[in-house]
Amino acid sequence: MSENMKPVPLPRRYFTPTVIVIAVIAAVGLLFVLARLIFGIGAVTNLSNEFPWGIWIGIDVAAGVALAAGGFTTAALGHIMHKEEYHLITRPALLTAMLGYTFVAISVGIDLGRYYYIWHPLIMWNGNSALFEVGMCVMIYLTVLYIEFLPIVTERFIGRVNLPGFFKRFNVSLDKLLRALDRGLDKTMFIFIIAGVVLSCLHQSSLGTLMIIAGPKMHPLWQTPILPLLFLLSAMSVGFPMVIFESYLTSKSFGLKPETNIMANLGSMVAPLLGIYLSFKLGDMVIRQTFVYLTEFNTASVMFVIEIVIGVVVPLRLFLSPQIQKSPMGLSIAAFLVIFGVFLNRMNNFIVAYNPPYVFQSYFPSIGEISVTAGFIALEILLFRAFVMIFPIVSVPQHSGTKAKFSIRSV
Amino acid sequence: MINESRRKFLKTSALIGAGITGLSAKSVKAGPKYVLDENRMGVLVDTTICIGCRKCEWACKTEHDLPTQPIESYDDRSVFEKMRRPDAKALTVVNEYPSKETDQFPINVKVQCMHCDKPACVSACIVGAFSKEENGSVIWDTDKCIGCRYCMVACPFQVPAFEFEKAWHPSIRKCDFCFERTKEGKLPACIEICPMEVLTYGTRKSLVERAHQKISLYPDRYINYVYGEYEVGGTSWLYLASKDFAELQFPKLGTNTAPGVSEAIQHGIFAYFVPPVALYALLGGVMWINKKKAESNKHKEVLHE
Repeated sequence: MSENMKPVPLPRRYFTPTVIVIAVIAAVGLLFVLARLIFGIGAVTNLSNEFPWGIWIGIDVAAGVALAAGGFTTAALGHIMHKEEYHLITRPALLTAMLGYTFVAISVGIDLGRYYYIWHPLIMWNGNSALFEVGMCVMIYLTVLYIEFLPIVTERFIGRVNLPGFFKRFNVSLDKLLRALDRGLDKTMFIFIIAGVVLSCLHQSSLGTLMIIAGPKMHPLWQTPILPLLFLLSAMSVGFPMVIFESYLTSKSFGLKPETNIMANLGSMVAPLLGIYLSFKLGDMVIRQTFVYLTEFNTASVMFVIEIVIGVVVPLRLFLSPQIQKSPMGLSIAAFLVIFGVFLNRMNNFIVAYNPPYVFQSYFPSIGEISVTAGFIALEILLFRAFVMIFPIVSVPQHSGTKAKFSIRSV
Repeated sequence: MINESRRKFLKTSALIGAGITGLSAKSVKAGPKYVLDENRMGVLVDTTICIGCRKCEWACKTEHDLPTQPIESYDDRSVFEKMRRPDAKALTVVNEYPSKETDQFPINVKVQCMHCDKPACVSACIVGAFSKEENGSVIWDTDKCIGCRYCMVACPFQVPAFEFEKAWHPSIRKCDFCFERTKEGKLPACIEICPMEVLTYGTRKSLVERAHQKISLYPDRYINYVYGEYEVGGTSWLYLASKDFAELQFPKLGTNTAPGVSEAIQHGIFAYFVPPVALYALLGGVMWINKKKAESNKHKEVLHE
């Protein structure tokens, strides 16, 4: 079946009622970004000397990086394990990762007090800093993601370069440039694909190292020296659920048939990954004897239980059920729970667990912070829709006799 | 002949080895200045003497060009009703706590950066804007800082403060141990102004000795504990008190250095770039084998047909 599936642009009407609602959310978020640039971080956020990091780091950056893990997990499966049947989903996953990381970078930018110095880590190094490692890796990986996306751009425009008016004269040379780029990328792409997976493993784990230096400020339920391992394992287990969920949404939104086979195959790989993550998480809890904190009833213990039960145990059980395996809807619900669990885990690590010695007012995100976070997610969805309409991302069945497209590579 | 060539070989390989170690040592050094001088300076704060006049607060603000009320206004003791913390507009503050017995004077505690021997901020800072200097001070370089506030997340004493209200060029502010003054041989501003000689300036080594001397001379006056001697691997500022430090709202910290585990993990993952390069090679190998396998499978299919 997959042999006559081909990625093509999906021309549709861009604005639907849902899209308009999402666009409004995005616009509100952008207004608050503007306010942050004009009036400063203090005016828009509830951040303080006690709570220097809020949801812009905890959700936009930490959860954002984790939920973009679909990119490297599918690249590893499709290209490194060379499972050709998964090539259908590598493109949507790549697009999600590319947009996700772009917004991670933008979120870091608006959270930085001196955003105009964002390039400083490139030349001012501190090898001891986990944040330096995360920063460098994310910058390089973002570049790698853009390079990995380039073949989709060349495929879309080779032989179709049609600039208007004055720029018409560049049409031929631009086409030649695209063809040269395409040939060069075809031969070297494997370098970037492997680099992408390595860089992802590195910064997904270093993101976990980040909070270790906070030491006793962090609640013992989350503070553990194996945080980097837990972050890496949870990122690996959220990659496929992200692809399943997003593929389901795309098929609904564009009125396509859901990729039932691929979704089920991906789903069958989630349970083992989640199981490994859960065993490390619980094993760590037993070894450090932190379960004593679960007897207390407070925000930390409640959030921890929700994170583990609803975010890991329940979806693990669902992914093991044969009925769920057969239903795209069931798979999507299970996938959503995994996404929710990892999202909550990152938020817990960076916000709920953070308990400084002197607190005058506990932290809850301001309307401005929530609007910006929601706005960026909305923008990502809008851009995803636009990209899917313009570029050959989503594969649809091709009827024989369709006009031959520009040859499609394995990448 | 054989011997000679062997000697030559050994010599060359030794040279190459030395070159590689030299190189890697250099690349590892890429980071902030961190010196732990044997004669680094420190301050011994005797909280049993402090009368809470807050002259040090005024002197600090004046020295660091921070807006301040006239010195007379600092006699107002109503500020002690609430516990205060250093912030971007006050790099040191004095708090007041009830004493052991009701008829005694209250206890006043000056708070500022502790100038750790192994500072979390120096380790954490993404651009290496913090440094530990020869004289013991932990200072911050405004030209490097990008305002990420990771130092604030890392600091176990919750000291670095950020100018949240500034839209353009906000700074991290904290006590700099009057780095500009001590460079010229002057005393830090708070120490110079203190009328009660609460603050003793000297090498950290001598201050630790002095603190224990004081405790053994006046065992009724002090509890037998020097705060900062071992906390997070030792701090340049040391405290003596008449009652438990926890009651004076000092954080209870272990003796492990703040960045210890974090740096060990970080360097474990990146040990001379061996793990990332090994992972790259491994994945490359797996990719190549799988590709060959897929190609030969296809080839077989073609043959069968």
